[in-house]
Amino acid sequence: MGAAIGHLTRGTSGPRTGQLTEPRWVRFLLIGVTLGFLALFLFVPLAAVFTEALRKGWGYYFESIREPNALASIRLTLLAAGIAVPLNLVFGVAASWCIAKFQFWGKNILLTLIDLPFAVSPVISGLIYILLFGAQGVFGGWLQAHDIKIVFAVPGIVLATIFVTFPFVARELIPVMQSTGTDQEEAALVLGANGWQTFFKVTLPSVKWGLLYGVILCNARAMGEFGAVSVVSGHIRGLTNTMPLHVEILYNEYNFAAAFAVASLLAFLALITLAAKTYVEYQFQKQAEPISASEGYVA
Amino acid sequence: MSIEIKHLSKTFANGFRAVDNVSFKMETGSLVAILGPSGSGKSTLLRMIAGLEIPDAGDILLTGREATLLSARDRNVGFVFQHYALFKHMTVWDNIAFGLRMRKASKEETRSRVNELLKLVQLNGLEKRYPTQLSGGQRQRVAVARALAPHPQVLLLDEPFGALDAKVREELQEWITELHEQSQVTTLFVTHDQHEAMAIASDILVMNHGKIEQEGTPLEIFDRPATEFVAQFVGETNFVDAVVTEPELAIWGPFKYSVVGHPVGQKVRIYFRPNDVYVTSREESLQVKGKIIKTRFQGPVIELAIEVGAEKPVIAHVPKGLTFASGFVEGRDVYVGITGFHGFGL
Repeated sequence: MGAAIGHLTRGTSGPRTGQLTEPRWVRFLLIGVTLGFLALFLFVPLAAVFTEALRKGWGYYFESIREPNALASIRLTLLAAGIAVPLNLVFGVAASWCIAKFQFWGKNILLTLIDLPFAVSPVISGLIYILLFGAQGVFGGWLQAHDIKIVFAVPGIVLATIFVTFPFVARELIPVMQSTGTDQEEAALVLGANGWQTFFKVTLPSVKWGLLYGVILCNARAMGEFGAVSVVSGHIRGLTNTMPLHVEILYNEYNFAAAFAVASLLAFLALITLAAKTYVEYQFQKQAEPISASEGYVA
Repeated sequence: MSIEIKHLSKTFANGFRAVDNVSFKMETGSLVAILGPSGSGKSTLLRMIAGLEIPDAGDILLTGREATLLSARDRNVGFVFQHYALFKHMTVWDNIAFGLRMRKASKEETRSRVNELLKLVQLNGLEKRYPTQLSGGQRQRVAVARALAPHPQVLLLDEPFGALDAKVREELQEWITELHEQSQVTTLFVTHDQHEAMAIASDILVMNHGKIEQEGTPLEIFDRPATEFVAQFVGETNFVDAVVTEPELAIWGPFKYSVVGHPVGQKVRIYFRPNDVYVTSREESLQVKGKIIKTRFQGPVIELAIEVGAEKPVIAHVPKGLTFASGFVEGRDVYVGITGFHGFGL
């Protein structure tokens, strides 16, 4: 037996890379195509945004951003995201908690409803709010009589943003919560924890990276949303224009440098989101399979 | 504290009757095993005692006090889950301290109790580790420490060693017996492993199809099975079918089995264990002739399958050390006698 093993070791210790991988030219071709595609569709546009933005120099760049209408659009975008993300955080956590930890009638219907904003075109989502709250809409008359403005005003934009970004947190959390099961919650209960303590000390910490991941995606979409917001906004400068809408207006007015300056802010935001997302994903994976050889656990 | 269960029943939403009119009583400080195959309702029974499932009917009394509708958090029981259910985001220390913090123990009290438990479960020095940095056996010990921390009146363990490999399992079985001797906490554990139940428990409840088949000491369960199920589930066993031909006597081959309570003409099934079979190479009285068709080495015993003209070959265990055991090879003619048996009417 020992002799056989020794022979096997000798037999396999020689060079074997030539037989076990693709030929060199195939590898270079495949890697080259991938990198070329990445450059053409991701890096070139990104670089273009920043070069176009700086075409007329740094002075013009900062002026375009500090111009009152641009500042108003930044404020509105932050406001919409600032309201939509926390609300969807609460909705998402509540919905995924229900779906993952309890059995009840109508669970699949709830799941389908959560996915609805993904399935519906954002323009249609915006149109729904016009049909509901617009001047000719279902509640239009009542709202006008009470002097409440929703469509072509900030509330409409916030509503549309909430609707479009609704699924992100829940969709991210449901599989994470389902995979942890209910054992830990039951353990907490037997140890004397009440419902709130179980939720805040056991359930929430065990899904924190998944939750953060969902929030990052939700925030990115909330700030970048165009279609639904465009329909309900009415494009009133300085009042109901978010950053993506402001970029469109500037572009349509052939003010390219200013358009790209504001766009570069959104691109910058995307880069930060990407970095944060990568970090969170890394932590997430570390938590999912944290047994490393270096820990040297003892049996 | 004592546990008393009266006519407890539970049917699941899909119509499965998991626990069917179960009653039993456990004395303070005892160590009892619920033994049964999977689906016998043993885990459901345990979860009802912990308050994790609500029974449809019946009563649960803890220390004589009605607890059937008490919330799990007010029952003061310790529960150890099959897959540990440790809080993955907390260190060993925080896991063990959790129950104390929930019950608003002071900082000083928490610290001394956690230290005490770390020593008890032999995990000193590992308190800063996270559960994922521990081996299976260590995790299970953390789970036991966490359950014991708030001084529960009773410790419930659901298949506590099911997920561990054989060697660690044996070590932990021994450890849990020692732990019980030290702490004297009333302990009830669920297992499908008869060896585990026999090795640890002072009393065993055998469950099948949601009912208790027998309650008794390991010796009673093994030597005097009350039902056919217990006879075949606990320990290895042979059986032959015989007919009652004379009052209180069933006959199979040269053997006369005394069976009480079965009328003449009734078919009975006679169970006997492999270690109740004695095999000789020369004929003695009351034996049946057979031929060894298979031998299997099983460490301290040699298992023989002997063809005797019954439906199935008789399985016999012969101690390896017997001088004549080496002569028992496949194809050899031998004589088989039976020293102990249990008969059940068919």
